[in-house]
Amino acid sequence: MKQPIYLDNNATTPLDPRVLEAMLPYFTEKFGNAASRNHAFGWVAEEGVDYAREQVAKLIGCTEKEIIFTSGATEADNLGIKGVFEMYKEKGNHIITTVTEHKAVLDTCKHLEKQGARVTYLGVKEDGLIDLQELEAAMTPETILVSIMYGNNEIGVIQPVREIAAIAHRFGALFMTDATQAVGKIPVDVIADGIDLMAFTAHKMYGPKGVGALYVRRKNPRVKVTSQMDGGGHERGMRSGTLNVPGIVGLGKACELCRLEMESEAIRLSALRDRLESTLSQLEESYVNGNTQHRLPHVANISFKYVEGEGLMMAMSDLAVSSGSACTSASLEPSYVLKSLGLSDDLAHSSIRYGLGRFTTEEDIDQAIAITQKAVLHLRELSPLWEMFKEGIDLSKIEWAEH
Amino acid sequence: MAYSEKVIDHYNNPRNVGTLNKESKFVGTGLVGAPECGDVMRLQIEVGADNVITDAKFKTFGCGSAIASSSLATEWLKGKTIDEALTIDNMDIVEELALPPVKIHCSVLAEDAIKSAINDYRVKNGLEAIVLEKSHH
Repeated sequence: MKQPIYLDNNATTPLDPRVLEAMLPYFTEKFGNAASRNHAFGWVAEEGVDYAREQVAKLIGCTEKEIIFTSGATEADNLGIKGVFEMYKEKGNHIITTVTEHKAVLDTCKHLEKQGARVTYLGVKEDGLIDLQELEAAMTPETILVSIMYGNNEIGVIQPVREIAAIAHRFGALFMTDATQAVGKIPVDVIADGIDLMAFTAHKMYGPKGVGALYVRRKNPRVKVTSQMDGGGHERGMRSGTLNVPGIVGLGKACELCRLEMESEAIRLSALRDRLESTLSQLEESYVNGNTQHRLPHVANISFKYVEGEGLMMAMSDLAVSSGSACTSASLEPSYVLKSLGLSDDLAHSSIRYGLGRFTTEEDIDQAIAITQKAVLHLRELSPLWEMFKEGIDLSKIEWAEH
Repeated sequence: MAYSEKVIDHYNNPRNVGTLNKESKFVGTGLVGAPECGDVMRLQIEVGADNVITDAKFKTFGCGSAIASSSLATEWLKGKTIDEALTIDNMDIVEELALPPVKIHCSVLAEDAIKSAINDYRVKNGLEAIVLEKSHH
């Protein structure tokens, strides 16, 4: 079977063969436990971890001691938010986040609400960016943490991180960011950006699944989190559990490759993305979702009105993409991110997310354009809504039997 | 989620896509669902002598299962009398297309579309609309 074209790199990225190569010895001859201090097996594993820590630190501009390895971004989000809430309880109980965060942040905040946290969920503007004045107005003396994502997974918009950090700090709160989609794709510098905690993961930047990290600032201010996983006291007591040495080595290598190739990749991918987007936008009644100035270089999110996203993906079986359509999730609710932009449900149902990546070629994009165009036209032939639209019927005036 | 072969077949080769003249008194039109919910089906029947359905057409906005359910419904409707058509149950569609539980609402919508088209035809021809049992969604 011919493999479909993979344009779902926001979901996960393929492992770069160079990363795999770096990892392989740590499965076999370098199998030691990095915490074994008394023999060569342990030392070799520890060396691998230390080197990876340097590679990671270099990518985001921090020191090695500020990296806590985790099982991924979800765990890092949990550790950062819950860890800060528990550590700074005395100072206050207020957390500010946004409605467009990943569930790993939103559901963690919901969990903390049951433990006495007060959480403000900031809305976003039509372009997906938060309103800084709204953030400022929400700050209180009890605010201990502002947790706002760097780049959005569905629409790719980049929040004004530096301005957000400045506001948080002015009110004495910490600033955490879920930078899962941003790290390795655009320059992220924790010092320049004013970040106190940052979650990210290997498998969104051509590393392996099951490994990620939380950056925890050690200076100005020294940030502490209570551990959420107790045991052997690994990772400076913040995250116990035998280190996933091959995974960590893979994360390190992935970070190094991103650091070296990010700049040229961003130029290449944004050119491909722009071509995809501008060509597909020429289809009648198609709409690009989210701010197009401040966004990640590799993401496009487009709604093709009057066709339903899942049906559309089925017509594009040679293309691996994702949709904000309800039908792709168990909940039958369309994307909450798109809805928070003020998109109507029907447009949210009609959205397709294209996530380009390191292995996306120009030819892939040409084919993706052709496949999408053909599928949209085909499904519009089948769509009663398209026919009604073409007849000039105002669909909003129809009394639909909601079910 | 993987689709059944029958869903894929109906999706790739939808039967009876199109539009009948909804002004004709021989044509009944059912439009069910809502764009906000991600499914809208329009099913039309043309009724000839002896209450036999001589033609059926559909257009559907929705996922593959919704398109397949309505395509299958039009196939089943042709040649049936109105009374026979009323006996089509959504679970027949579920079974034929091997729809998973999360897609049962697509079959319910198709059953609603059939009944709604029949009622439109009946009302146009001076007959009383059949009271539809509120379907289970």
